[in-house]
Amino acid sequence: MTASELVRDDLQQRPTPSKPRPVGSVAVIGLILSLAGILLMIVAAVRLRDYNGGGPISTVVGLVLVIGSLYPLWPSFLAFKGARERSALLRDDQLVMARRAAAGGREEAQIAMGYAAAAIVVAGLLLMAFANDGGIAQTFFTADAWRQSFPQMIRAFWTNIWVAIVAQILVLAFGLLLAIMRMLPGRGGAPLRLISLVYCDIFRAIPAIVTILLIVFGTPLAFPVTAQWSPVWLGIIALSMTYSAYVAEVYRAGLSSIHPSQSAAARSLGLSYTQTLRTVLVPQAVRRVIPPLLNDFISLQKDTALLSTAAIAEVVLTSTLWQSQLFNLSPVTLAAAFFIIITIPQARFVDYLIHRDAARRAGQ
Amino acid sequence: MAFLEIDEVHKYYGQNEVLKGVSLNVERHEVVCLIGASGSGKSTLLRCVNALEEINSGTIRIDGDTVSGAGVDLNALRRDVGIVFQSYNLFPHMSVIDNITLSPTRIDGLPKKEARERAMALLESVGMAEKADAYPDSLSGGQQQRVAIVRALAMQPRVILLDEITAALDPELVGDVLQIVRELARGGLTMLLATHEMGFAKEVASQVCFLDKGSICEHGTAKDIFENPREERTQQFLSRVVQSGRL
Repeated sequence: MTASELVRDDLQQRPTPSKPRPVGSVAVIGLILSLAGILLMIVAAVRLRDYNGGGPISTVVGLVLVIGSLYPLWPSFLAFKGARERSALLRDDQLVMARRAAAGGREEAQIAMGYAAAAIVVAGLLLMAFANDGGIAQTFFTADAWRQSFPQMIRAFWTNIWVAIVAQILVLAFGLLLAIMRMLPGRGGAPLRLISLVYCDIFRAIPAIVTILLIVFGTPLAFPVTAQWSPVWLGIIALSMTYSAYVAEVYRAGLSSIHPSQSAAARSLGLSYTQTLRTVLVPQAVRRVIPPLLNDFISLQKDTALLSTAAIAEVVLTSTLWQSQLFNLSPVTLAAAFFIIITIPQARFVDYLIHRDAARRAGQ
Repeated sequence: MAFLEIDEVHKYYGQNEVLKGVSLNVERHEVVCLIGASGSGKSTLLRCVNALEEINSGTIRIDGDTVSGAGVDLNALRRDVGIVFQSYNLFPHMSVIDNITLSPTRIDGLPKKEARERAMALLESVGMAEKADAYPDSLSGGQQQRVAIVRALAMQPRVILLDEITAALDPELVGDVLQIVRELARGGLTMLLATHEMGFAKEVASQVCFLDKGSICEHGTAKDIFENPREERTQQFLSRVVQSGRL
């Protein structure tokens, strides 16, 4: 049989058209969810107003929320209209138009469900916040506790920031060193490859908090010379040791993701192994690993909180002292807010860097 | 004594013998085309000449100096032998001009300004001067390949190896790149090239080698090989090429 025999009219038939997908049922679900959202939102708005003693601001906020929750009714209505059109067109045997009406109706029903779900979530959170006569608000969000603890908290948070920055610089350098050691060629490189492997395995296995305890409390005992050192510096060393192991893996993934043809091209131009690494491989690898590297850095920033276990006066330790003094968790929430405020801009900044690099390479 | 002598070169990948005692002499100002099916060892032979692959036995000599085996002055070898790859292999994080001046400035210690002037003159000659500050990803395949040729030429090598440099290009871009190779051949640059462009090989080659399963099956002038192939395998290969409409 030759390829030309495969071409036959009885083999290549017109497909039987399928019926439009149902709309009515999804439209009903959309409507039910919309109504549930509105109902919950009304209850939540009433609670909000009652908790604030019927003040004008809370009344306006509640009203706005309720009006917002009415929105899904409109796409619900359009979904039902689509369902009606679909059955009318189907009766006239206009299959293509019926499919189109059905697709439009289902889309509207999905919009209704999405917005109704959002209304339910917001209303649910509000109800939870005002449960137990506003227990949540009092426990976590007391403005007075924030006011009292803020000056000390911000000073303590400065410790977290500079610890993170110094540790990140150390980690960048030491992690790269480990990654390059791990990729050394030849038999001569074998022992160094092994050392790097063992280091990474061990320090990724030990919980960061254990490394911190061992280094911060152990070093001054084992090496009396270091007894005069500030424990903050020992904490920085401990964090750097842990995170270098992770970052080395990130670098290594980046380096090995560069196609071997790049290194062949560089070597063919006469660049030595070291020059190839420095001018061709590392610059490309670093660009590729910026997002995972930043993830590790964000978690390093958060892990500066672990220094609290080594009695270093950073923000979490300070917040727990305030918490036990005020019998209120608001200072701890404040610490959480600090971390959120510094982390989110960094994530956006990296998005920007990636975008700029891609745009530049594509020729603006 | 030929300028480039390849003598009984054997190359294994594990148990797999990919070059089975290849011998080939290339005189100065000669253009030698390697033809043959994929996997016949054309690319491997080129990569061995440039020491990107180590050979298991045999010798490669350039101008009488052995350039294979342990203790070879790789830097001198690679300054002498340029290579252009099928997949261009430009450095994507550097602009065109930086790609070209990287190795003249780093290896030859050429001052930046001089390297730049040399690069611009070369870019001018291949019609790419206005793209000097562009990044490789913003160029078409043909443009990238022209830059890659310039990058190899910027080291002023005495031999240039071209490894199927038009195989990844759209048909309408092939002509531009081949035109440059034609110019270089006319200028007398010694070239060893692996290619599937039989028409082009016929036109520029002073010598054509047909490789089959890791050894040179037949070699002679372009006229001999394309019009009067003696070996049966050469005949088979060429008739298949004709069937695919490429000759």
